[in-house]
Amino acid sequence: MKLIIAAIKPFKLEEVREALTSIGVRGMMVTEIKGFGSQSGHTEIYRGAEYAVNFVPKVKLEIVVADAMADQVVETIQSTAKTDKIGDGKIFVLDVSAAVRVRTGETNDDAL
Amino acid sequence: MQVRKFLPAVALAAVLLPTMGLAQEAEAVPTFDEIGPYIMTTLLFCMAGFLVFFMAAGFAMLEGGLVRSKNVTMQMTKNIALYSIAAIMYWLMGFNLMYPGEFNGYIGSFFVPTVLDPVGVAAADAALDYASVGSDFFFQLVFVAATASIVSGALAERIKLWPFLIFVVLLTGVLYPISGSWQWGGGWLSAMGFSDFAGSTVVHSVGGWAALAGAIILGPRLGKYKDGRVNPMPGSNLALATLGTFILWLGWFGFNGGSQLAMGTVGDVSDVSRIFANTNMAAAAGAVTAMILTQVLYGKVDLTMVLNGALAGLVSITAEPLAPTLFGSLWIGAVGGIIVVFSVPFLDKLKIDDVVGAVPVHLFAGIWGTIAVVFYNDGANLMTQLTGIVAYGVFTFVASAIIWYILKVTVGIRVSEEDEINGLDMSELGMEAYPEFSKG
Repeated sequence: MKLIIAAIKPFKLEEVREALTSIGVRGMMVTEIKGFGSQSGHTEIYRGAEYAVNFVPKVKLEIVVADAMADQVVETIQSTAKTDKIGDGKIFVLDVSAAVRVRTGETNDDAL
Repeated sequence: MQVRKFLPAVALAAVLLPTMGLAQEAEAVPTFDEIGPYIMTTLLFCMAGFLVFFMAAGFAMLEGGLVRSKNVTMQMTKNIALYSIAAIMYWLMGFNLMYPGEFNGYIGSFFVPTVLDPVGVAAADAALDYASVGSDFFFQLVFVAATASIVSGALAERIKLWPFLIFVVLLTGVLYPISGSWQWGGGWLSAMGFSDFAGSTVVHSVGGWAALAGAIILGPRLGKYKDGRVNPMPGSNLALATLGTFILWLGWFGFNGGSQLAMGTVGDVSDVSRIFANTNMAAAAGAVTAMILTQVLYGKVDLTMVLNGALAGLVSITAEPLAPTLFGSLWIGAVGGIIVVFSVPFLDKLKIDDVVGAVPVHLFAGIWGTIAVVFYNDGANLMTQLTGIVAYGVFTFVASAIIWYILKVTVGIRVSEEDEINGLDMSELGMEAYPEFSKG
């Protein structure tokens, strides 16, 4: 099993969710986050004072899928969340050693 | 004249009179001409007083929206406390200190509590040329509460509760009534010909000067000015701040309209409506001006500046809301909006941290409004207006600074660094405004 962590632009969330469910992803965890990468921050003005916004709002997806499906999920996220502009986000893939469905006690691939 | 307007009442009286028995024949029943103006003016004071009272809610919402969520409970506590303290102090000494009747023109008598008209006062014993004592007292006390509210906003997010309230006691019981008596109590500035219809200087600048002295002595919030940069601390709820501004705008109709101080003639009641229209125009012009200016200067409209712009327009027209034309009100209010947009960053340059923009709105626009009187009121002249502005400024700023300084070296006016960072809600009150939300 793989854990896929993706930080994407918030406005792309709905599109990515639709694309992922259409290829058979049955669950994901979503968190509103702030952070910075190569986009870095930008400046805003509040009551006449310019200030740096060092952390940009993003949405973090966490998806656990069977090994066979991981590449397809990563590709789908990448192609759907892409806008060709700086700040589109990052995708990380990690190994997952175990999974358990709380209701039934099923484990690993059966639990997904 | 107005007799015709009151015909139904007169007719009703004519119908009822015979049933009142022969006892009435002995004494003359006052005609509506005699008691009408008293009744109408008393009504004006009551209605306008309710509206100005509601400004306390406006200030509370504006300040609550512009402070961070960790300080909202404290800001609400200060607002309801200062209004209540003002009400008590104004009864205990303020009202009669401000309206002493015959006096030396500079300072009246202390500790003369207000006494109302007796229950069911007879027409012969009432102040028929004016209004009831209860309505007059109430109308005046809601003004002093507005002055105190101005101070609370500027000093938000770092001042201790009780030292602030001690200052409110002195501001509402002593400082405001003394300086107010110079003008509205018939004192030396009034004798000189100074003109301030509803209080651009007497109310708003006084609050602004007290706030400025406090903000300087208290110092800026931690981290507000760091390494030569200004670090904005955005407010917790701009919807509340907008609601607060609209409430203040509504309350201002009472503030300025009620200051006509009479509603017993066609002329007076028309003047009240004229004041409403002018007041509204100045607020609108201030808001639109601030909106256009922030768009041009910063590339985006800054809502907090638009809100301040509307209020600055209102303060600007408060010294003379009657005489100007609607166009006059428009440009006077618009200048108020310009003043705000430029003076908010100006105060930041001086490292004076005014959380809600109280000093630009109430002091700077108040000074402008007091000067602007000369454009439409032939009775006013510039030198007298400037004399009044300086007199109020020197007295209020110096007296406030002394009080703030004494409070600072005795009980201390500022919370500890840790308390300020954790938020005054938890450190001073142990209670959060939004306990189920994350920390702001």
